[in-house]
Parts: sequence; C-alpha cells; structure tokens
Amino acid sequence: MGWRLIRAYTVLVYLFMFLPIAVVVLLSFNANQFGSFPMTGLSTRWFETLWQNEAIMRAFRTSILLGLMTAGVSTVLGVLASLALVRYAIPGRNLITTLLIAPILVPEVVLAVALLLFLNFLNIGKSFTLLLMGHVIFTLPFVILVVQARLVSIRRDVEEAALSLGASPTQTFFSITLPLLMPAVAAGGLFAFTISFDDITGTLFWKPGGIETVPTQIFSMLRNSISPEINALGTVIIVLTVGLPLIGAAVARKLATKSGG
Amino acid sequence: MSAVSLTNIVKRFGDFTAVHKMSLDIAEGSFVTLLGPSGCGKTTTLRMIAGLLDPSEGEIAIKGKRVNDVPIHKRNLGLVFQNYALFPHKTVADNVAFGLKYRNIDKDEMRRKVAEALELVQLPDLGGRYPKELSGGQQQRIALARAIVIEPDVLLLDEPLSALDANLREDMRVELKRIQQRIGVTTVFVTHDQTEALAMSDQIIVMSKGRVEQVGAPEEVYNTPASEFVAQFLGASNLLPARCTDVSGGEVALELPGFPSFAIPAARAPQVSAAGPVRLVIRAEKLHLTRPGAEAGDGLSVDATVENVDYQGQSARYFLKVAEHQMQAVNMIDERPFATGEQVSLRFRARDCAALPAGSNA
Repeated sequence: MGWRLIRAYTVLVYLFMFLPIAVVVLLSFNANQFGSFPMTGLSTRWFETLWQNEAIMRAFRTSILLGLMTAGVSTVLGVLASLALVRYAIPGRNLITTLLIAPILVPEVVLAVALLLFLNFLNIGKSFTLLLMGHVIFTLPFVILVVQARLVSIRRDVEEAALSLGASPTQTFFSITLPLLMPAVAAGGLFAFTISFDDITGTLFWKPGGIETVPTQIFSMLRNSISPEINALGTVIIVLTVGLPLIGAAVARKLATKSGG
Repeated sequence: MSAVSLTNIVKRFGDFTAVHKMSLDIAEGSFVTLLGPSGCGKTTTLRMIAGLLDPSEGEIAIKGKRVNDVPIHKRNLGLVFQNYALFPHKTVADNVAFGLKYRNIDKDEMRRKVAEALELVQLPDLGGRYPKELSGGQQQRIALARAIVIEPDVLLLDEPLSALDANLREDMRVELKRIQQRIGVTTVFVTHDQTEALAMSDQIIVMSKGRVEQVGAPEEVYNTPASEFVAQFLGASNLLPARCTDVSGGEVALELPGFPSFAIPAARAPQVSAAGPVRLVIRAEKLHLTRPGAEAGDGLSVDATVENVDYQGQSARYFLKVAEHQMQAVNMIDERPFATGEQVSLRFRARDCAALPAGSNA
C-alpha cells in the first residue's frame, strides 16, 4: 500500500516536471496557428518561420557568441585558478576558493543588481563586454569545481617526472597536465556554455539596449502574444541545452577511459 | 670529482628540521643508498638533489657544478618514483621518448635509443601499449627505461621497489643492479628496506630523524654499527649493557653479568677508548644454539632458556633468557627446532661482537 502510494506520487512529480516541456515540444510541431490543443496536424512550419524571423536569428547568434566566449574565458580562468589553488600553497587558499564558488550561492538577482550598481558607481556603461563579464562570474564556479576535482586526482609525481626529463614547467603543463585535465576542461566549458545560453535574470539586467539573447527575446515576445514560434524556439533550446551536456559527458567519458582515468 | 656533493645541507619546513646539517660525497658511478625509517629525511634529501625542494642552507653540486639555482628540468637527472609516475595518456614508447624530445635528437636516433632502452629493461615489444595495460613490475621497468634513456648524470630512485609484491621485488632488485652496473650511472637509491640496501649498495648512508647515523660499505655498516640505531635498524641485534674493563693491545675487554669475561677486537669497537659502561652488540644470527654438554667449539658459551620460538621454515627465531638478559637468536634448523622451555647452550665468538659507548642512542 505504502509503496504504491510512493510510486504514484513519484510518477506525478515527474509528470509535473516534464509534461509542460513535452507539451511545448509537441505543440511546436502543430500545424494550427494557435499554439494550443487540439492539434490539427503535424508540420515544421513554425521552425521555418523561426528561421526567417530576423530578430530571433540575431538573438540566436548573439547567444551562441556570448556562450562560446563565456565558455572560453571561464575555462581559461578556471584552469588557471584551479592550478594556483591546488598546486601552490597560497595563503588564504580556502577563503579564495569560497569566494570563487560564492556566486553559485548568492541569488542571481542580487548578483545582477550588485554588479550593475557597482559599474554605475564607476561610471561604466552597459556593454556586451559587461554582459560577458557577468556571465563569466557565475559560470566560473562550475568550471573551478569540475577542474579542481580532476586536478587533485592527477598525481604530482607525473608532473615531476616530466620536469626531471627536461620539460620546462610550461612544457609540462601543455604536454602532461592539460591533456590529463582535458575531460574536466571540456565538461566545465560545456557547463559554462549552457548556463550562459539559457540565462535570463542576469542578462536582463546587464544587456545593453538593442542586444537580445534567445531567452530575453522569448521574454519580450511573450509580452505581446504566445506565438507557436516560441514553442519551436523552446524546442530548439531544449535540444541544445540538454543535448550538448549529454554529448559532452559521452566525449569526456571516452577521453577519460583512453587516458586511464 | 664526486658525481654529487652535498655541503652542509639543511632543510627546514617551518619550525621542523627535516634534514640537519649534512655533508655527503657520492663517487662517480657508485650505487649509494639512503636508508632509514619513514620520516628520517632520506626522501627530502633525494628531492633536494633532484631540485624538487630547495635546501634551507648549504650547497649542492652535481659533477662539480653548483646546482642550487638550477631548476630541475636543467639538471639532467633520471628520476624513478615509487608509483611509477608514467604518463597515462602516452604509449610506452612515447613515455620513454619524452625526455629525448627536449634534447635535440633526430627522429631515427630517438627511435633507436627508445628501442635500446626497452631492450635493456627486457620489454622490447611493449612500445605500443598504454601504461595501464602493464603490470606493476613492467611499469616500473618502463619508468626506469624512461629515466636512463636520457643518459642522466645521476639516477635518483625513490623507493622504486616498494609498490611491488615480495617475489617481484627481489627479481627487480637483481635487475636494477644489473642495469645500473651495465650503464655505470651514478645512482642514489632511497629505501626503508635494509635487505635492498645491503644487497644493492656500494655505500649505505643510514639516516634517522634527519641526521646521518653512519656512512659505509654494506658489510661495514652491518658488522660495525656506529650507533644503537644502526645496530637495531639493520637486522636483528641484541644490545646488552656491559662494562669495558680495559682497552689495550688492540683488544677491548668486556664484562657483563651471566657471561664469562672476554675481549673483542678494538676494530669492532672504534668508539670505545677507555674503561666504562658500554653496549655490547651481538647479531641474532651470530648466536648458535646447541644442546647443553655438546662439544665446545672455539667460542664462548653461556647457558640459556628458550622462552619462545618463531618458526620460519628453514630457520627459526628464538627468544632466549640468558641470566638477566632477553636475547634473540636466528638459527638454521637442524632436524628439529628447539622447543619452548628447553635448556640450551648459547655459543658465540668474541670477534663477532661489537661494542658502542653506552650513551650513543641517537
């Protein structure tokens, strides 16, 4: 009896979580121009209108560019920070780690407003660079967490062996440490990309006028009407943000088994 | 010119002194072992020679050249670790070739040297494998090949056999010594295993608590320990309080309760120069148990009672009571081991004993 109840409850929770997503995906293939049930036929017309919608495509390009740059900056900074924190006895190491991880814990709105006020105080206007910086701040913790965990498991004596054989510290990093770190770097980069790609709170505060990312574009479109285009766009975003990490995880696992974990 | 020389080296970590003022000269081509229990400073010393640690004081020279300020990657050393430390993402051949990449050697020459090194460690066919596909013993051979292929000025081995299981360890010990003799590279070996040290070394440096206890050839260190620590660390020794009654004519006369008075050669008690309290050192395997009343040989004889027997197959370790002393003896077993409670006669030769000043326990 008890178990059956728990089972039913579990199913309901999952339905509550995933049914709306399923509905969005389903309706994006609806031929009817009103995005609602009953469906009148299967069609990919909303994906086509999406493709032809200049504003959405521009937002899409902005989001991809922003995501890629965020991922790039975050992984470089994250790897450097992890190296410093794991490999060197820096005074206040724990404090620095906590501070770097903190953006995960602080509510995003607070972080968004704080950065905005701070830059206002410094008389720096909104710009794409500022938006990028904001995204880096809250994707960096994820990169650091993943990369640090991996770095701890890379034995120090492997690097020492490379040094003793004549490789300089820089050569050792690029020929030994980085290749062994690669699965974590890739995973961290993917995290950063997907988090940046579907962020809305921070982006709304930081984006300069005239620049829209996909989530802010959807947000402004919703203010007018619920167009079936949005369903199609939602489907694309779901595929991207769910698919990319899955592919990434698979690639990372492959890399890890090849390099002996 | 020594291959490696340490002059007044000191290493401190905060308030803790890991290595006290230490000077050492290692001869070209020799196999030198730093021996001691964990925490004695042997690995710290090795890491300072390697350049992985900077000495707090003192000078390190390799081939007569001061290297204090030379970073590890410019010291031309071969380093072998306890856990092999092979590059997991590179094949065996790429592992071995790694050091050659930084030495301006053309491709053919490199391939030839790698093949040669793999031949030397008797694993010529494993070049295409990845380290995790190899056994521990094979991995350590590859690590050795990787270290010697660059023709290092000094080969540094940090407990390279400790991760291997017992049988393999003995094979590798012989193998390692063979390779070292073949290429003649100056080798510094760190271990806590006295058997390895005695079997492989030209010279042993016994360390304890950051200090050098004794430097000498294996036999010298074994037969004439310079301190109680050395006597006890290398093999099982009996240390008995005794009195020196006279030092004269190249002999040191000793007296201890329950024993007839006897004299040992002065060479076996270099630190005893006058009458006074001393410590008598007798190795467990130099004490021979016989049945009481058996034919007396050329040695001394005392009565003893067997208190306990540790049977080891071909030999046995006996725990004995001799007058007021607890002693240990290790003997080959002839027909049957002696039994607990049996009265025996304990034979030993005066020249197999050594003596230390009473206060020498470092």
